[in-house]
Amino acid sequence: MKVGVLQFPGTNCEYDTQYAFKKLGAQTEIIWHKDTAIAPDTDLVVVAGGFSYGDYLRSGAIAKFSPIMKAVAEYAKKGGKVLGICNGFQILTEARMLPGALKRNEHLHFLSKHHHLKVENNDNDFLKKLNVGDIVNIPIAHHDGNYYIDEEGLKSLWDNNQVLLTYCDANGNELNPNGSVASIAGVCNKEKNIFGLMPHPERAMEKLLGSDDGIAMLEGFLA
Amino acid sequence: MKAIVNVFLKPGVLDSQGKAVHHALSSLHFENVKDVRVGKQIVLQLDEENIEKAKKDVETMCEELLANTVIEDYTIEIEK
Repeated sequence: MKVGVLQFPGTNCEYDTQYAFKKLGAQTEIIWHKDTAIAPDTDLVVVAGGFSYGDYLRSGAIAKFSPIMKAVAEYAKKGGKVLGICNGFQILTEARMLPGALKRNEHLHFLSKHHHLKVENNDNDFLKKLNVGDIVNIPIAHHDGNYYIDEEGLKSLWDNNQVLLTYCDANGNELNPNGSVASIAGVCNKEKNIFGLMPHPERAMEKLLGSDDGIAMLEGFLA
Repeated sequence: MKAIVNVFLKPGVLDSQGKAVHHALSSLHFENVKDVRVGKQIVLQLDEENIEKAKKDVETMCEELLANTVIEDYTIEIEK
């Protein structure tokens, strides 16, 4: 398994992401944003978290024009799997590769803490190792994580099993930290090969550091 | 030529910053404020003589970069 991890100026989660996939036995490679191609033997492209281009204008707005994004779009069009984490999710929505948009958190605070998430759909490569209704404990760290989609778009997300994860408390009751529509924490495209989420599974790989629930999530891509 | 682009969240999309500013104004006893919307203004200096061409170009800039039309509306003013 070969994982390519994108790096823009301002990305800061690429090495955590590399660590996570290495721990799962994958081969990893950092791909600089000025590169123009994704190696054909790549099994997964991760758009890692951080603050690409300092979040200028809007989070992810400038990164979507980096040369590598054209290659990522082509790679995804051919069915290649793409995962956007945090800023990566913002970049993928800005690039219109995923539906919706991410706004400033409802209470305007930067949120950095562990949060529980509920698995809403698992008929996809990302969450197939988990069961619908499972609760995982994963760190969140974002200022612009308030997921917005209009009513029609939301209905289409639910109808097509595109809602991956929602925010909840330890017992699975809805608990919305940032104002996201329907407490949505992550979604995928209709074809189920492009995934995006605000929480950081790559930061939940060691029990000693609070949680290793990220393993079961990222493992889905391996088999 | 100068183009002034104003970008605001669409009506119906909750403007948390506007709400916070409204709240702050209320605590300063400006009780006649009914609503606050926070947006951004982008001012472009254009090397362009043709107003129609300038308008069209700036509109494309808005659609592609300056606004995220999923959540934002924009207006364009052109000044000579």
